[in-house]
Amino acid sequence: MRRLVYLVPLLLFAALAGYFGVALLSGRDPHELPSALLDKPAPDFALPGLGGGAGLSMAGLRGQVVVLNFFASWCAPCRVEHPVLLRLGRQEKVRLVGIAYKDKPEDSRRFLAELGDPFRAVGSDRDGRVGIDFGLYGVPETYVIDRQGHIRKRFVGPLTPAAVERELLPLLRGLAGG
Amino acid sequence: MRALLLLLLLAGPALAVQPDERLADPVLEGRARALSRELRCVVCQNESIDDSNATLARDIRLLLRERISAGDSDAQATAFLVARYGDFVLLRPPVRGDTWLLWFGPLVVLTLGVVGTAVALRRRRPGPAPLTAAEQAQLERLMREDGA
Repeated sequence: MRRLVYLVPLLLFAALAGYFGVALLSGRDPHELPSALLDKPAPDFALPGLGGGAGLSMAGLRGQVVVLNFFASWCAPCRVEHPVLLRLGRQEKVRLVGIAYKDKPEDSRRFLAELGDPFRAVGSDRDGRVGIDFGLYGVPETYVIDRQGHIRKRFVGPLTPAAVERELLPLLRGLAGG
Repeated sequence: MRALLLLLLLAGPALAVQPDERLADPVLEGRARALSRELRCVVCQNESIDDSNATLARDIRLLLRERISAGDSDAQATAFLVARYGDFVLLRPPVRGDTWLLWFGPLVVLTLGVVGTAVALRRRRPGPAPLTAAEQAQLERLMREDGA
Protein backbone atom coordinates (compact mmCIF):
# COMPACT_ATOMS: atom_id res chain seq x y z
CA MET A 1 0.00 0.00 0.00
CA ARG A 2 2.78 2.41 0.96
CA ARG A 3 4.49 1.62 -2.32
CA LEU A 4 1.54 3.00 -4.29
CA VAL A 5 2.41 6.51 -3.06
CA TYR A 6 5.44 6.42 -5.33
CA LEU A 7 3.13 6.08 -8.34
CA VAL A 8 1.53 9.48 -7.67
CA PRO A 9 4.18 11.54 -9.55
CA LEU A 10 3.94 9.15 -12.47
CA LEU A 11 0.16 9.53 -12.59
CA LEU A 12 0.46 13.33 -12.35
CA PHE A 13 2.93 13.29 -15.21
CA ALA A 14 0.67 11.08 -17.32
CA ALA A 15 -2.31 13.40 -16.69
CA LEU A 16 -0.29 16.49 -17.62
CA ALA A 17 1.22 14.85 -20.71
CA GLY A 18 -2.25 13.75 -21.79
CA TYR A 19 -3.57 17.27 -21.37
CA PHE A 20 -0.71 18.81 -23.35
CA GLY A 21 -1.03 16.11 -26.01
CA VAL A 22 -4.72 16.79 -26.56
CA ALA A 23 -4.11 20.56 -26.75
CA LEU A 24 -1.20 20.07 -29.15
CA LEU A 25 -3.00 17.68 -31.49
CA SER A 26 -6.35 19.52 -31.56
CA GLY A 27 -4.96 21.99 -34.11
CA ARG A 28 -6.41 24.90 -32.16
CA ASP A 29 -4.42 28.12 -32.42
CA PRO A 30 -4.11 29.51 -28.88
CA HIS A 31 -3.52 33.00 -30.31
CA GLU A 32 -7.00 32.95 -31.75
CA LEU A 33 -9.30 34.79 -29.37
CA PRO A 34 -12.94 33.88 -28.86
CA SER A 35 -15.24 36.79 -29.65
CA ALA A 36 -16.53 38.57 -26.56
CA LEU A 37 -19.69 39.32 -28.54
CA LEU A 38 -20.63 35.72 -29.34
CA ASP A 39 -24.44 35.32 -29.13
CA LYS A 40 -24.74 39.01 -28.27
CA PRO A 41 -26.21 41.76 -30.48
CA ALA A 42 -23.81 42.95 -33.16
CA PRO A 43 -22.73 46.55 -32.63
CA ASP A 44 -24.82 49.14 -34.40
CA PHE A 45 -23.06 50.92 -37.23
CA ALA A 46 -23.77 53.03 -40.28
CA LEU A 47 -20.89 53.36 -42.72
CA PRO A 48 -20.56 55.27 -45.97
CA GLY A 49 -19.93 53.31 -49.17
CA LEU A 50 -16.73 53.29 -51.19
CA GLY A 51 -17.28 56.69 -52.75
CA GLY A 52 -20.65 57.15 -54.38
CA GLY A 53 -21.94 53.65 -53.64
CA ALA A 54 -24.56 53.01 -50.99
CA GLY A 55 -23.06 52.30 -47.59
CA LEU A 56 -23.69 49.57 -45.08
CA SER A 57 -25.61 49.80 -41.82
CA MET A 58 -26.65 47.33 -39.17
CA ALA A 59 -30.24 48.61 -39.42
CA GLY A 60 -30.28 47.68 -43.10
CA LEU A 61 -29.09 44.13 -42.37
CA ARG A 62 -31.59 43.25 -39.66
CA GLY A 63 -33.99 40.43 -40.41
CA GLN A 64 -31.57 38.41 -42.54
CA VAL A 65 -28.70 36.04 -41.98
CA VAL A 66 -25.54 37.88 -42.99
CA VAL A 67 -21.88 36.98 -43.51
CA LEU A 68 -19.82 40.09 -42.75
CA ASN A 69 -16.21 40.18 -43.88
CA PHE A 70 -13.64 42.76 -42.76
CA PHE A 71 -10.96 43.27 -45.39
CA ALA A 72 -8.39 45.83 -46.52
CA SER A 73 -6.45 46.40 -49.71
CA TRP A 74 -3.21 46.53 -47.66
CA CYS A 75 -3.83 43.12 -46.14
CA ALA A 76 -1.98 40.24 -47.81
CA PRO A 77 -4.01 37.38 -46.23
CA CYS A 78 -7.14 39.07 -47.65
CA ARG A 79 -5.81 38.35 -51.14
CA VAL A 80 -5.34 34.72 -50.18
CA GLU A 81 -8.90 34.60 -48.89
CA HIS A 82 -10.48 36.39 -51.83
CA PRO A 83 -11.15 33.40 -54.14
CA VAL A 84 -13.02 31.74 -51.27
CA LEU A 85 -15.15 34.86 -50.82
CA LEU A 86 -15.83 35.02 -54.56
CA ARG A 87 -17.13 31.45 -54.53
CA LEU A 88 -19.17 32.13 -51.41
CA GLY A 89 -20.66 35.32 -52.86
CA ARG A 90 -21.88 33.45 -55.95
CA GLN A 91 -24.16 31.28 -53.80
CA GLU A 92 -27.71 32.54 -54.07
CA LYS A 93 -28.60 31.98 -50.43
CA VAL A 94 -25.54 33.58 -48.87
CA ARG A 95 -25.78 37.29 -48.13
CA LEU A 96 -22.15 38.39 -48.06
CA VAL A 97 -21.31 41.98 -47.17
CA GLY A 98 -17.94 43.63 -46.58
CA ILE A 99 -16.36 46.33 -44.47
CA ALA A 100 -13.13 47.91 -45.70
CA TYR A 101 -11.09 48.32 -42.51
CA LYS A 102 -8.76 51.34 -42.22
CA ASP A 103 -8.43 51.59 -45.96
CA LYS A 104 -8.71 54.49 -48.40
CA PRO A 105 -11.97 54.03 -50.36
CA GLU A 106 -10.14 54.39 -53.69
CA ASP A 107 -7.69 51.63 -52.65
CA SER A 108 -10.56 49.34 -51.61
CA ARG A 109 -12.29 50.05 -54.94
CA ARG A 110 -9.13 49.19 -56.87
CA PHE A 111 -8.69 46.00 -54.80
CA LEU A 112 -12.24 44.85 -55.62
CA ALA A 113 -11.96 45.88 -59.27
CA GLU A 114 -8.75 43.89 -59.63
CA LEU A 115 -9.80 40.71 -57.81
CA GLY A 116 -13.57 40.77 -58.26
CA ASP A 117 -16.29 42.05 -55.94
CA PRO A 118 -18.07 39.29 -54.01
CA PHE A 119 -20.01 41.66 -51.73
CA ARG A 120 -23.65 42.71 -51.98
CA ALA A 121 -22.76 45.90 -50.13
CA VAL A 122 -19.54 47.43 -48.77
CA GLY A 123 -19.03 49.97 -46.02
CA SER A 124 -15.88 51.99 -45.43
CA ASP A 125 -14.53 51.99 -41.86
CA ARG A 126 -11.71 54.47 -42.35
CA ASP A 127 -10.82 55.13 -38.70
CA GLY A 128 -11.37 51.52 -37.66
CA ARG A 129 -13.89 52.36 -34.94
CA VAL A 130 -16.50 49.87 -36.17
CA GLY A 131 -13.72 47.27 -36.18
CA ILE A 132 -13.01 48.02 -32.51
CA ASP A 133 -16.76 47.81 -31.76
CA PHE A 134 -16.69 44.28 -33.18
CA GLY A 135 -13.59 43.40 -31.14
CA LEU A 136 -11.61 43.02 -34.36
CA TYR A 137 -7.88 42.50 -33.89
CA GLY A 138 -6.69 41.87 -37.41
CA VAL A 139 -7.91 41.51 -40.97
CA PRO A 140 -9.41 39.48 -42.41
CA GLU A 141 -12.10 38.52 -39.93
CA THR A 142 -15.51 37.15 -40.85
CA TYR A 143 -18.66 37.30 -38.72
CA VAL A 144 -21.95 35.44 -39.06
CA ILE A 145 -24.93 37.50 -37.90
CA ASP A 146 -28.37 35.92 -37.47
CA ARG A 147 -31.81 37.35 -38.22
CA GLN A 148 -32.10 38.89 -34.77
CA GLY A 149 -28.81 40.71 -35.32
CA HIS A 150 -26.80 38.49 -32.95
CA ILE A 151 -23.21 37.47 -33.74
CA ARG A 152 -23.17 33.67 -34.00
CA LYS A 153 -19.62 33.00 -35.14
CA ARG A 154 -16.32 34.69 -35.82
CA PHE A 155 -13.63 33.42 -38.16
CA VAL A 156 -10.20 34.92 -37.49
CA GLY A 157 -7.81 35.10 -40.42
CA PRO A 158 -8.47 34.03 -44.00
CA LEU A 159 -11.48 31.77 -44.56
CA THR A 160 -10.36 28.43 -45.91
CA PRO A 161 -12.46 26.26 -48.25
CA ALA A 162 -12.49 23.65 -45.46
CA ALA A 163 -13.82 26.15 -42.89
CA VAL A 164 -16.52 27.24 -45.34
CA GLU A 165 -17.63 23.67 -46.08
CA ARG A 166 -17.43 22.29 -42.56
CA GLU A 167 -18.43 25.26 -40.41
CA LEU A 168 -19.79 28.27 -42.25
CA LEU A 169 -22.28 26.66 -44.65
CA PRO A 170 -23.75 24.22 -42.08
CA LEU A 171 -24.18 27.14 -39.66
CA LEU A 172 -25.90 29.23 -42.35
CA ARG A 173 -28.22 26.34 -43.23
CA GLY A 174 -29.11 25.96 -39.56
CA LEU A 175 -29.78 29.67 -39.14
CA ALA A 176 -31.86 29.88 -42.33
CA GLY A 177 -34.02 26.98 -41.19
CA GLY A 178 -34.54 28.22 -37.62
CA MET B 1 33.03 61.29 -19.74
CA ARG B 2 30.71 62.77 -17.15
CA ALA B 3 28.64 64.37 -19.87
CA LEU B 4 28.30 61.00 -21.58
CA LEU B 5 27.13 59.36 -18.35
CA LEU B 6 24.62 62.14 -17.84
CA LEU B 7 23.34 61.63 -21.36
CA LEU B 8 22.97 57.91 -20.75
CA LEU B 9 21.04 58.58 -17.56
CA LEU B 10 18.72 61.00 -19.34
CA ALA B 11 18.02 58.66 -22.24
CA GLY B 12 14.68 57.04 -21.49
CA PRO B 13 13.29 53.98 -23.23
CA ALA B 14 11.73 54.61 -26.62
CA LEU B 15 8.04 55.25 -26.05
CA ALA B 16 5.25 53.79 -28.14
CA VAL B 17 2.97 56.66 -27.15
CA GLN B 18 3.45 59.38 -29.76
CA PRO B 19 3.42 63.06 -28.79
CA ASP B 20 0.35 63.76 -30.93
CA GLU B 21 -1.68 61.25 -28.93
CA ARG B 22 -1.18 62.93 -25.58
CA LEU B 23 -3.91 64.90 -23.89
CA ALA B 24 -3.20 68.50 -22.94
CA ASP B 25 -4.54 67.98 -19.42
CA PRO B 26 -1.78 66.24 -17.39
CA VAL B 27 -4.28 64.71 -14.94
CA LEU B 28 -6.34 63.09 -17.70
CA GLU B 29 -3.17 62.05 -19.55
CA GLY B 30 -1.86 60.46 -16.35
CA ARG B 31 -5.07 58.47 -15.94
CA ALA B 32 -4.93 57.38 -19.59
CA ARG B 33 -1.31 56.25 -19.21
CA ALA B 34 -2.05 54.31 -16.03
CA LEU B 35 -5.06 52.63 -17.67
CA SER B 36 -3.23 51.76 -20.88
CA ARG B 37 -0.45 50.04 -18.91
CA GLU B 38 -3.12 47.62 -17.61
CA LEU B 39 -4.62 46.86 -21.02
CA ARG B 40 -3.36 44.13 -23.30
CA CYS B 41 -2.61 44.78 -26.94
CA VAL B 42 -4.70 42.02 -28.56
CA VAL B 43 -2.45 41.97 -31.63
CA CYS B 44 0.84 41.29 -29.81
CA GLN B 45 -0.92 39.58 -26.88
CA ASN B 46 1.94 39.94 -24.39
CA GLU B 47 2.42 43.69 -24.38
CA SER B 48 0.34 46.46 -22.90
CA ILE B 49 -1.11 48.96 -25.35
CA ASP B 50 1.13 51.52 -23.63
CA ASP B 51 4.20 49.60 -24.88
CA SER B 52 2.95 48.40 -28.22
CA ASN B 53 3.65 50.00 -31.59
CA ALA B 54 0.80 48.12 -33.29
CA THR B 55 -1.69 50.37 -35.08
CA LEU B 56 -4.59 48.79 -33.21
CA ALA B 57 -2.85 49.63 -29.90
CA ARG B 58 -2.55 53.24 -31.06
CA ASP B 59 -6.22 53.31 -32.09
CA ILE B 60 -7.25 51.98 -28.70
CA ARG B 61 -4.99 54.48 -26.89
CA LEU B 62 -6.69 57.29 -28.81
CA LEU B 63 -10.13 55.83 -28.12
CA LEU B 64 -9.30 55.55 -24.41
CA ARG B 65 -8.24 59.19 -24.28
CA GLU B 66 -11.40 60.20 -26.12
CA ARG B 67 -13.57 58.41 -23.60
CA ILE B 68 -11.69 59.83 -20.62
CA SER B 69 -11.95 63.34 -22.05
CA ALA B 70 -15.67 62.78 -22.54
CA GLY B 71 -15.97 62.16 -18.80
CA ASP B 72 -15.76 58.37 -18.48
CA SER B 73 -14.45 57.03 -15.18
CA ASP B 74 -11.50 54.61 -15.29
CA ALA B 75 -13.89 51.71 -14.66
CA GLN B 76 -16.25 52.84 -17.44
CA ALA B 77 -13.44 53.22 -19.97
CA THR B 78 -12.11 49.75 -19.09
CA ALA B 79 -15.59 48.22 -19.22
CA PHE B 80 -16.03 49.69 -22.70
CA LEU B 81 -13.05 47.71 -23.96
CA VAL B 82 -13.89 44.55 -21.99
CA ALA B 83 -17.34 44.57 -23.65
CA ARG B 84 -15.61 44.40 -27.04
CA TYR B 85 -12.51 42.31 -26.44
CA GLY B 86 -13.46 40.30 -23.35
CA ASP B 87 -11.50 39.86 -20.11
CA PHE B 88 -8.46 39.01 -22.23
CA VAL B 89 -7.68 42.75 -22.67
CA LEU B 90 -7.07 43.03 -18.95
CA LEU B 91 -3.44 42.22 -18.15
CA ARG B 92 -4.57 41.63 -14.56
CA PRO B 93 -7.49 39.20 -14.69
CA PRO B 94 -10.42 40.00 -12.36
CA VAL B 95 -10.82 37.94 -9.18
CA ARG B 96 -14.08 36.03 -9.69
CA GLY B 97 -15.56 32.60 -9.10
CA ASP B 98 -14.22 31.24 -12.38
CA THR B 99 -10.77 32.80 -11.95
CA TRP B 100 -10.41 31.63 -8.33
CA LEU B 101 -8.21 28.69 -9.33
CA LEU B 102 -5.97 30.98 -11.37
CA TRP B 103 -5.39 33.40 -8.51
CA PHE B 104 -5.25 31.03 -5.54
CA GLY B 105 -4.23 27.74 -7.21
CA PRO B 106 -0.50 28.38 -6.58
CA LEU B 107 -1.23 29.10 -2.91
CA VAL B 108 -3.16 25.82 -2.65
CA VAL B 109 -0.25 23.91 -4.23
CA LEU B 110 2.23 25.61 -1.87
CA THR B 111 0.08 24.75 1.16
CA LEU B 112 -0.17 21.13 0.04
CA GLY B 113 3.60 21.04 -0.37
CA VAL B 114 4.29 22.53 3.07
CA VAL B 115 1.81 20.16 4.76
CA GLY B 116 3.22 17.17 2.85
CA THR B 117 6.80 18.06 3.80
CA ALA B 118 5.86 18.59 7.46
CA VAL B 119 4.10 15.22 7.61
CA ALA B 120 7.02 13.47 5.92
CA LEU B 121 9.55 15.07 8.31
CA ARG B 122 7.49 14.13 11.34
CA ARG B 123 7.18 10.51 10.21
CA ARG B 124 10.88 10.13 9.63
CA ARG B 125 12.28 7.52 12.08
CA PRO B 126 14.32 9.08 14.90
CA GLY B 127 18.09 8.68 14.56
CA PRO B 128 20.04 6.27 16.84
CA ALA B 129 19.96 7.07 20.56
CA PRO B 130 23.03 8.87 21.97
CA LEU B 131 25.77 6.68 23.42
CA THR B 132 25.50 5.70 27.06
CA ALA B 133 28.37 6.61 29.43
CA ALA B 134 29.71 3.02 29.29
CA GLU B 135 29.64 2.96 25.46
CA GLN B 136 31.37 6.33 25.33
CA ALA B 137 34.14 5.08 27.61
CA GLN B 138 34.55 1.96 25.48
CA LEU B 139 34.76 4.05 22.30
CA GLU B 140 37.47 6.24 23.77
CA ARG B 141 39.43 3.17 24.87
CA LEU B 142 39.25 1.67 21.40
CA MET B 143 40.35 4.93 19.80
CA ARG B 144 43.36 5.15 22.11
CA GLU B 145 44.37 1.56 21.38
CA ASP B 146 44.07 2.22 17.69
CA GLY B 147 46.27 5.30 17.93
CA ALA B 148 48.96 3.57 19.98
